[in-house]
This record gives sequence, structure tokens and C-alpha cells, in this order.
Amino acid sequence: MQSERERRFAGPRRGQLLFVLSFLTLSVLLLSQITQQTAWVNKTGLFAQPRFWPAVGVGGMVFCTALHLWRLPFRRIERADLREALRWVAALEYALWFMVYVMLVPLIGYLPMTLIFVPLLAWRMGYRSAQIMAISAGFAVFIVLFFKGVLAVRIPGAVLYDYLPDAWRSFAILYL
Amino acid sequence: MDLILSALDILMRWDVALALLAGSVGGVLIGAIPGVGPAVAIAILLPATFSLDPIVGLTVLLGIYGSSMYGGAIPAILINTPGTAVNALTTYDGYPMTARGEPRRALSLAYSASFFGGVFSVICLILFAPMLAKIAPLFGAREIFLAALLGLLLVVVAHRGQALIAGALACLGIFLNTIGMEPVKYTQRYTFGTDALGSGINLIVVVLGLFAISQAFVLLTDEDEKIRLTKLRGGMFQGLRELARHPRVATVSAGFGVVMGMIPGVGEFTAQFMSYTYAQKSSKRPQDFGNGSSEGLIAAETANNAVPAAAMVPLLALGIPGEALTAMMLSVFYVHNVVPGPGLFQNQMDFVVALYLALLILNVLVLIFLLGATKSLIQVVRIPNRFLGVGILTLSFVGVYSLRNSATDCFMAAGFGLFGFVLKRLQLPAVPIILGMVLGGIMEVKLRAAMARVKTPFDFIDRPVAFILFSIIIIVLATHVLRIRREARELKEAEWQTKTASTRFGALLLRRRTSFLKEHGRKVRARHAKLLRRLTDLF
Repeated sequence: MQSERERRFAGPRRGQLLFVLSFLTLSVLLLSQITQQTAWVNKTGLFAQPRFWPAVGVGGMVFCTALHLWRLPFRRIERADLREALRWVAALEYALWFMVYVMLVPLIGYLPMTLIFVPLLAWRMGYRSAQIMAISAGFAVFIVLFFKGVLAVRIPGAVLYDYLPDAWRSFAILYL
Repeated sequence: MDLILSALDILMRWDVALALLAGSVGGVLIGAIPGVGPAVAIAILLPATFSLDPIVGLTVLLGIYGSSMYGGAIPAILINTPGTAVNALTTYDGYPMTARGEPRRALSLAYSASFFGGVFSVICLILFAPMLAKIAPLFGAREIFLAALLGLLLVVVAHRGQALIAGALACLGIFLNTIGMEPVKYTQRYTFGTDALGSGINLIVVVLGLFAISQAFVLLTDEDEKIRLTKLRGGMFQGLRELARHPRVATVSAGFGVVMGMIPGVGEFTAQFMSYTYAQKSSKRPQDFGNGSSEGLIAAETANNAVPAAAMVPLLALGIPGEALTAMMLSVFYVHNVVPGPGLFQNQMDFVVALYLALLILNVLVLIFLLGATKSLIQVVRIPNRFLGVGILTLSFVGVYSLRNSATDCFMAAGFGLFGFVLKRLQLPAVPIILGMVLGGIMEVKLRAAMARVKTPFDFIDRPVAFILFSIIIIVLATHVLRIRREARELKEAEWQTKTASTRFGALLLRRRTSFLKEHGRKVRARHAKLLRRLTDLF
């Protein structure tokens, strides 16, 4: 049965203890590195020390997380926590999709890569109809033309564009 | 009058007009799609606005900020799902109205109330602007440090039941801001010898990761929702007439929105809560609240739409953002070398008034757009969640990569996206991280500058504004401690009430004796005694 303390806890139970333990471990590791990763400058006041604000940040992380852990009503890692951790790992797949997209844009080009990425990810998500594929392709073209063509955001041309004819190359580098 | 004319002069440009239109229509659309929200849109568009004029870029972002709540009311009323987080209270009275066949009435009332809240707050702030211009110069380095500290503190304590972890996340923000080359003594901080961390972690990378990419992950890993839309019948103008019948509720709610909006870290939720409670307590029919009360809907929508204009006050007057969206806007100022703060109010008052006028025009544009286009607009609610996730992930790339064309930035953004995803799953706040980063930077610079002139600790608060701010910090802390103690007492009482064992003193002694006599109790006492001996031996 849920205790009164557990019932009053703000947020879901699953994953809380795992998160707090991981965050506290990271904070303690960062704090243990403070003397190596920051400098103490002689003849400088405490508040002007380069080490002062990292110490406030990391020290605060350790202090607040330790207190939070102490006040946490859950003391045991349960099956629900592990299932939650698997959900976190599942999101890694989409982070990988994103990173592959990022790595391939400078090689293949913004427009061609977006035209591949959006329909492919939509396909992966289970949208297989021709209508959605067409919408995905249209969305990809719109995004590229709007951001690179109209708003002129800085996304450089790709290696593949070098193989285009001269007249096309400069156009592709500027707008696609 | 001259001030307003010169402000209008700033706005009389085709690109500003286009930005107003794009911001207002875009904001409504973004607000109407559950799962996107203004933070995601602003995070994605932020780098794109760097190439625009400050007034144009800020108008687009302000447009999205100000109009998304109008759009957010549509799914809140029609399908009981708030388009943006702040529209949650709208579902209480909006959806019951739809359920009893009055969706048009609810929508028109929400639009009218939002319009009133938006216009009321802008007019208030234009009227207050000269007074703010007089107060702002009283803020020196130490006052700005204390105001930033107060802002951070309010953000942390505002997360009831999660203040400790919110504090830890705010400290994470402060820590992230310190990574890289320290600009005064030129020493490296937490770079671990890598070049990628040498230039620090960009705020926009963190913002995009925590708000946009994490939201994409949430949508991609979730199921699509089945949506049933109600047909709209009736006129859209009845809401304006109905609003006129409740001037007191509308004015007080807008007032709450203005005041709460100006206080860093408080924002829409507190304003809505206070105005809703006020409206319910002062209503002749309090039993209708939560069952489709028009006063409840007016209170919720008026209060949240009065906040955006007010939230610009600490940002423009002191350079201190009170929440995540204004923190993102701060970077637009910095990119264009416009430093918000007392100087801006003294030297570029017309720019400030132009921003407020832009918000005023924006409210009119949004109302006209919504009164005419709601029928077609509600179709955006049908976009499947996971397809939205695909879209957000694609757009996030533009936001991160266009900053410095760096794959490392994208890698970091993906990492923060995963972290944000975990926070969202656990219902933990990401806003303290952003405010920790922004306010941490401000506090570092201002404290260093302030301490150069301070001889004793009391010198720090010897000026009136500094003393007032310091007193408010103490009051906030004391109130928080008292609240924690009260909650702990209530918890203890509740625990005693639900206890199955007897709470009589005799029964307690009996249980104690049983514990002493049992083998397990003996082992536990022996272990504790051993640990205590080890501890005392240390000293």
C-alpha cells in the first residue's frame, strides 16, 4: 500500500530514484574534479575567483540533490524503474536518427538529405500511405526553401554539390 | 505623445508589418497544435531571427509568445487538451461548454477575454513606462545581482513539492554557464582539455535540446491520439457582448496577470490561479465553476494573456528574464548589441514603447484572424502526434546547425534533448536550467562588479533598492521555510491518522518491549551501537 509520503509526492514514482542517483553521482564526480578543472588565482578576491561560480553551481547540485534524495519517499529500485529506464534508452534511437541527419547534411546537401530524412522517419513511425509520403516530401522542400532560401540561415553547401555544373553549383550552395 | 509617435515610426516598415502578421498567425497555429507550444517554436526560430533587425526579430518572437495562448484555447475548449501548458485551466470551463453544445460561445468568450487581457496589460505598461524609466536607473550592479538572485529563488520555490530538485537543476544551469574560457582571468573551466568545450555551451543549444528536441522525442515515443472534433455553430461575436457583462472579473484578472507577469519566476500559472479563485469567491454562482462557467473562462484566459507584455518589464528594464521564453529573447538582444537594462529605458524608450505597441497591434490582428478563420484553423488539431515529432526534429536541426555549423553543437543538443526527455517523463521542470544559465551569467558579472566597491558585508545593502530586494529575498526564504514546516506537520498528522497501529503511549511501550526482546531487534541495536562507536572513535 502507498504511504502518505508517497501519495503526496509530486510526479510519477517510476524512474525517480534512478534519476536522482545518477544525477547525484554526476554532481559528485564534477565536484571531485573542481581543483583540476578550475583555477585559483592568487591576490584575487573570493567572488572574482574563476573557481567561485563553478563551485556554487556544482556545490548547489550536490547539496540540493542529496537533500532531495534524503527526502525522497522511495528507497528501492523496482521493476517499474527499470522499465522506465528502457523508455529513456528507446529515445536514443531518435537521437541517432538526428545525428545521422546532422552528419550527412554536409556530405549530401540540406535539401536532398531533408527529402530523404523526413519521409524515411515518417515511414519508420508507421505512416506508410502515399498521401503522408507526399506531405512529408512537401514539408521537407518547404522547410529548406523557407529557412535557407527566404530567411537565409547559415547552412553551408554540401560536398555533393561540387559535382554539379557551374551554373547549378552556386545556386545549390546558396538556396538548397 | 512624441514618444508614441517615434515608436510608431519604428514600426512603420514593411518588414515589421510582415513580422507582426507572421508572428500572430504563426503563434496561433503553434498554440493550436497540442504538443508544440511557444517554447519549441521560439527555440527553433531563434537563430533565424539573428539575421533580422532587432525590432523585426523580437516582433516575430513576441508575436508567437503573445498569440500562442489564443491558439492554445482552441484544443482546450474543443477536445479538452490544452494547446499550451497555460491553457490547462481553460479546459475546466471551456470543455463543459462544448459538451453541452456551446463550443462557439466558449471560443468567442475565450478570444474576447484573451484580447481584453492582452490589450489591458499593454495599455497599463505604456502608461507605467515613464515611471519605470525613473526607477530603472536606481538599479546598479548590486541591485541587479540581488534582483537576479530573487528571480532564481522565486523560480525554484514556485515549484511546490519539487523545490529541491528545481534548485539542483537551477545550479546545473549556473554550472553549464561557467563551462569554457573564463573571460576575466582567462582560465579554462571544466573543459576537460577539449576544444569543443573551450568556447562554452551555447544557451540556444541547451534551449533547443531541452525544449524542442526533447519534445520531439516525447512525441515520437508516444502513441497518436484519436481526436473527435465538434462542429461549430452560432456567431463568433457573442463573446464580446458576454465579456462586457463581467467587467469586474475581467479587469481584476487582467490586473493579476500584469502584476504576476512582472515578478520573475511567477508567471501565468499563479496569475490564473489567483484570478480564478477570486472569480469563484466573488461569483453569484460559484457552483458553476468547473462546469462551464463563463466567469471562470474569462478569469483564466484574461489572466494568462495579460502576462506576456508584463513579463517583458524585468527583461527590458533590468535585463533579467523571469521565465524561459523571455530568457530566449534575451539572446536576440545580445546578438544585436542591444543591452536590455536601465540604459535601454533611458536612451531607447521609443524602442521599448514600439515593442509594446507591436504587442497591441498583434492582439488586434490575432482577434480578427481568429474570428474569421477558426473553422479552418481547428483542422490543425488533427495532425498526428508522431508526425509532429518528425517535423520538430527536422526543424531543430535548422536551429542548432545554423548557429555555428557545428556537429558538436548538434551532438550536445541531442544530449540535452535526451536529458529533457527524461525530465519530461518524470514531470521535472527544465525552466530552472535555462534561468540558471541566464541569471547565473548575470549574477557572476554583477557580483564581481559590485564587490569591487564593497568594504563590509553591510555595504552591499546600504542603498534603498538593494535593501528592499534583500528584504524580499529574506521574506521569500522565510515564507518557504514556514510552508515546508507546515506541510511536514500536515504530513505527520496525516500519517498518524492513517496508522494502523495504536497511537496510545502504552501500546507504544509494548511495541518497544517486543522489539527489545526479539532477536532481530537485538541485531539492529548491535549494528547501530557498532556504527556509533566508529563515529565517536573518529573524534
